[in-house]
Amino acid sequence: MGIAPAEFPPPVDPAADYVTEPTDPEDERIEVGVAIVGGGPAGLACAIKTMQLLEDEPELAEKLGEVPVAVVEKGKVTGAHLLSGANMRPSAMRELFPDLDPSEWPVYQEVTKDAVYLLTKKQAFPLKPMPPNFRNHGNYVTSIAKLGRFLGEKAEEAGAYLLTETAADKLLVSDRIVKGIRSGDKGRGREGEELSNFEPGSDVVAKATVLAEGTQGHLTGAAIDFFELQGLLPQRWELGVKEIWEVEKPLDRVIHTMGWPLRKAPKWNEFGGSFIYPMGEDKVCIGLVVGLDYTDATLSVHDALQELKTHPFVRKILEGGKRVGWGAKTIPSGGFWALPRTLTVPGMVIAGDGAGMVNVPELKGIHYAMHAGMYAAEAIVDALKQDSVNFDAYDERVRKSLIGEDLYRSRNMRQPFSRGFFVGGAIASAMTITKGAFPGGRWHQHPDAEEEMELDGAAKNYPKPDNKYTFDKLSSVFASGNATRDDAPNHIKVQRHVPREVAQTWVSMCPAQVYEIPDDQLENGAAEVDLNITPSNCVQCGAITAKGGRLTPPEGGDGPLYQET
Amino acid sequence: MAGGILVYALHDDEGNFNKNSLGAISEAAKLASELGTEAAAVVVGDVSDDGAAGLGAYGAKRVFRAKDAPEGLAQPIVDVMAKVISDEGFSYALFGGGLLGFEIGAGLTARLNAGVTMEVTEVKVQDGKLVAERPVLQDSAIVDVGYVGEPGIIIGRLNAFDANEGDGGSAEVVDVDIELSDWSTKARMVTRGEQRGADVNIEDAEILVGGGRGLGEKDNFKLAEELADAMGGAVAATRAVVDAGWYPYAAQIGQTGKTVAPKLYLAAGISGAIQHKVGMQNSENILAINKDPNAPIFEFSDLGVVGDLHKILPKLTEAVKAKKGG
Amino acid sequence: MKICCLVKEVPDAAVQKRIDSSTKRLDRSGEKNLNPFDTHGIEAAMQIREGGNAEVDEIVAVTMGPESAVRALHKAVALGADRSVHLTDEALAGSDVCATGYALAKVLESEQPDLVLLGQQSDDGECYTIGAVVADHLKMPSLTQVIKIDVGDGKLTCERQAEYGYDTVEVDLPAVISVGDAINEPRYPSLKAIMGAKKKPLETHATGDVGIDAGEVGEAGSKTQVLAINPPPQKEAGEIIEDEDTNETVEKIVAWLDERKLI
Repeated sequence: MGIAPAEFPPPVDPAADYVTEPTDPEDERIEVGVAIVGGGPAGLACAIKTMQLLEDEPELAEKLGEVPVAVVEKGKVTGAHLLSGANMRPSAMRELFPDLDPSEWPVYQEVTKDAVYLLTKKQAFPLKPMPPNFRNHGNYVTSIAKLGRFLGEKAEEAGAYLLTETAADKLLVSDRIVKGIRSGDKGRGREGEELSNFEPGSDVVAKATVLAEGTQGHLTGAAIDFFELQGLLPQRWELGVKEIWEVEKPLDRVIHTMGWPLRKAPKWNEFGGSFIYPMGEDKVCIGLVVGLDYTDATLSVHDALQELKTHPFVRKILEGGKRVGWGAKTIPSGGFWALPRTLTVPGMVIAGDGAGMVNVPELKGIHYAMHAGMYAAEAIVDALKQDSVNFDAYDERVRKSLIGEDLYRSRNMRQPFSRGFFVGGAIASAMTITKGAFPGGRWHQHPDAEEEMELDGAAKNYPKPDNKYTFDKLSSVFASGNATRDDAPNHIKVQRHVPREVAQTWVSMCPAQVYEIPDDQLENGAAEVDLNITPSNCVQCGAITAKGGRLTPPEGGDGPLYQET
Repeated sequence: MAGGILVYALHDDEGNFNKNSLGAISEAAKLASELGTEAAAVVVGDVSDDGAAGLGAYGAKRVFRAKDAPEGLAQPIVDVMAKVISDEGFSYALFGGGLLGFEIGAGLTARLNAGVTMEVTEVKVQDGKLVAERPVLQDSAIVDVGYVGEPGIIIGRLNAFDANEGDGGSAEVVDVDIELSDWSTKARMVTRGEQRGADVNIEDAEILVGGGRGLGEKDNFKLAEELADAMGGAVAATRAVVDAGWYPYAAQIGQTGKTVAPKLYLAAGISGAIQHKVGMQNSENILAINKDPNAPIFEFSDLGVVGDLHKILPKLTEAVKAKKGG
Repeated sequence: MKICCLVKEVPDAAVQKRIDSSTKRLDRSGEKNLNPFDTHGIEAAMQIREGGNAEVDEIVAVTMGPESAVRALHKAVALGADRSVHLTDEALAGSDVCATGYALAKVLESEQPDLVLLGQQSDDGECYTIGAVVADHLKMPSLTQVIKIDVGDGKLTCERQAEYGYDTVEVDLPAVISVGDAINEPRYPSLKAIMGAKKKPLETHATGDVGIDAGEVGEAGSKTQVLAINPPPQKEAGEIIEDEDTNETVEKIVAWLDERKLI
């Protein structure tokens, strides 16, 4: 029988380890008005909107001091750690930048043609009529990595401080009120010892703290534990691996595929599909997204993507092309039921993917993140004007808004797929057509790490890398621009001595080859193995947290430098 | 004689000229004959008549010697070369790389208001002029650089030019009187060329034996060390084994370690992942030994041996010793 | 003592670099960063200041570059420089080593430093030892590949790596010292320092402000020209031997090595 990774939880207690009172002497603390953790769409939209609102609130602006808004971002620049499809709905950009024409947005093109295909090993059957949730007319093909850079520039122009290469290591809480964050140390060695250039982190105290960390947010997870904010159902994730390609023939449509190479039998729980989007005239992106509740320990999303590229339909699109980028990231897929029971506690709000604001069937999340960031800005400015740190109005606003509505409507669409592809597909279609009314109720979902893993044959058809169209993990990590200090402390919390099935799950799952089973233990088929970990390969996708371990942020500045993902 | 290529020849305290310099002279001689002009050398400090004349064997027609300029510091040599180039009308100055080559070349750039190309891997003649080729962007492209006006300064990458001791005969030794610039006297050599055993500078080694995970365990680095010893080379390591504590970081080659371009890189038990490849891909000769026939290293090695390094390395060490001894 | 630290903004090491085929120069879009070698220069300046053997009145970060180069200056200031100087002018675009060295020397002349520190080379590989070019224009002694600096009375005792081992050299001030990355471990800037960087004084100069002859810089003033860009020579596929009889295999290897004069 299978073994669930959840039986080997990581040696960490988030509420205890990552939540603390401020410890710096008062005069050494850095004071800011609003501290935003995460330089992604949610965090930056919040920063921009807050600065816009402060222009009309001189009294409050003064109260907030020299640094009214500070965005703490662990990547080298805002956008360095961002990866998504994506077909962005324009509503949030329009609201935040009413004077900008879409031609000035960091987008590639408006979607005019889209198609969905069901793939078998050799063929591609267009699905007509197209399942409505895939319709993207009016949306814009966007690179979220470019969007991050664009919003970062706008935030700085508006007067926000961007503290890049800075990790938010701990949440500062005093008397159950959130007071800010503590930035991560720099200059520690492999065993955590202080190196000659050790620089401790600082307490950044703020009147309001916005957690906009994205998927698997570190402080978000700690806050959810500490304040007991778990939603009605546990959160779940999907892992996406994406590549950017320069191609000879421009692609004329947004493409989604289902089916091959994922297997249909309910036992294996392989939910997902691929996307192929045009990026201007000379590039396309291709990605494969798979739910992390799969049960075959040998399934590797990266390699399944390589296999996908051998399909004649896909090969035609990439023919003569050159891979110029690669990356991986998880997406929360728990939807409505997995949202935290409240998005705010005194002094703090949670916005964006970190809270799970993703509409999985429609693959949308960027505009929700930006709207949430803007709602947070409004609620925070209103409350602070009255010297209050109660941001309940934000939680209400989100739930009543298009975010709440859309998530509610699609609340049960993901779960049926654990019944296998065909049954799941049928049920999901029924839900889409009836806008969620049928079948109703609250479908069950359990955490990805509780799925029992078995060693089966998912890896059987993974192609050997030819370095032209298919690539191995290590050269892909190189293509992500990953620069992580070799002798840094291990930022991945996971048990090292585990059963083979659990170890294999992590080895195959990780797109960056962080985990390895020692050769000799592989050869003699040991039932329990000792995991080798190479944290410097890590691109911080977050999959390990979903599947039984825990990702924490490494030293600020480490990790990938995504350009166009 | 108008035109001509002047090469700086570095020597140690015993008067032995270094290989890079000899290579540069040979290269200059080759190019000069194509251009229909001469190659000459410049030396400073205490160099005997025979020593200087001996550079003729590598192709130098004349050797300018400035006895009063100290060896080992760049700026006095800039003074010497600037004078010789101006007085004699040389069109190019060529250096064989290395610390002093770069320092002197750079100083000459300012002194003579000249163009300079650095890390040059090849020089060719085009339309009666020299064009220097150099790699850029982590060796993913080669640019051809030409010069506007004269002279042009060419600084080669280490080991770029091969020394060819031919039958060039004896060079004419011309002694040069030099007046050092004011600032050239402001640096004084206290100790020159101190050896520090502990740090083996693998970047300068001509032969490297690299050890990877395939070695199996820390103690097996002995196999690499013995082979390196027999071949007169040094030992390098991959990130994986340095991480595992099998070898010190100073020997690490790769994206996060050192970049090397030895005459021979023998990779034992190294898979050849790109993170390592970028640190050694410019080695002149790459010999790989790995038991996995699918290891990426076989895609860019000059000679690949699919086999068990534990069996091959000891035998290879013996065979090399025998060959060298016998 | 006044120390000027020369810094350069270079493409981040992790960004895939390309040559812009229209200008035949490095495509400089994409992330830029303070040249890692220059951080060692700034750290060396800070260590001199903190070392107690010399009184350092100010540390000035100086750069020549387009508008975006202010980021490198902010970083330098976050690492400890007191103020920064930005030489920027369209006339400077396309300057080669000769022109760059001249321009930098001119702006340094206007600062009259006692010591100029910089990194041995820049990460973009465009040139090495620009320090030596600058020093000649400034008529100051220069040393490169320096891995240790001890400050004395009006002079420095430096150690540097050379062809035959380590040299110990005494240098009178004022001087230009190019440091190797082995010299020190640069500190991380504190959050406070990063946030305060934008408030430190930053002067911007054009070529005319520091007496630079525009005809000597930029593309027009450069003495080298990129004539062509080519892909690297294709390496022939190598030979592969499968080891069956190790003695035979070793013989083949030795023959191969011998052929290439490697043993």
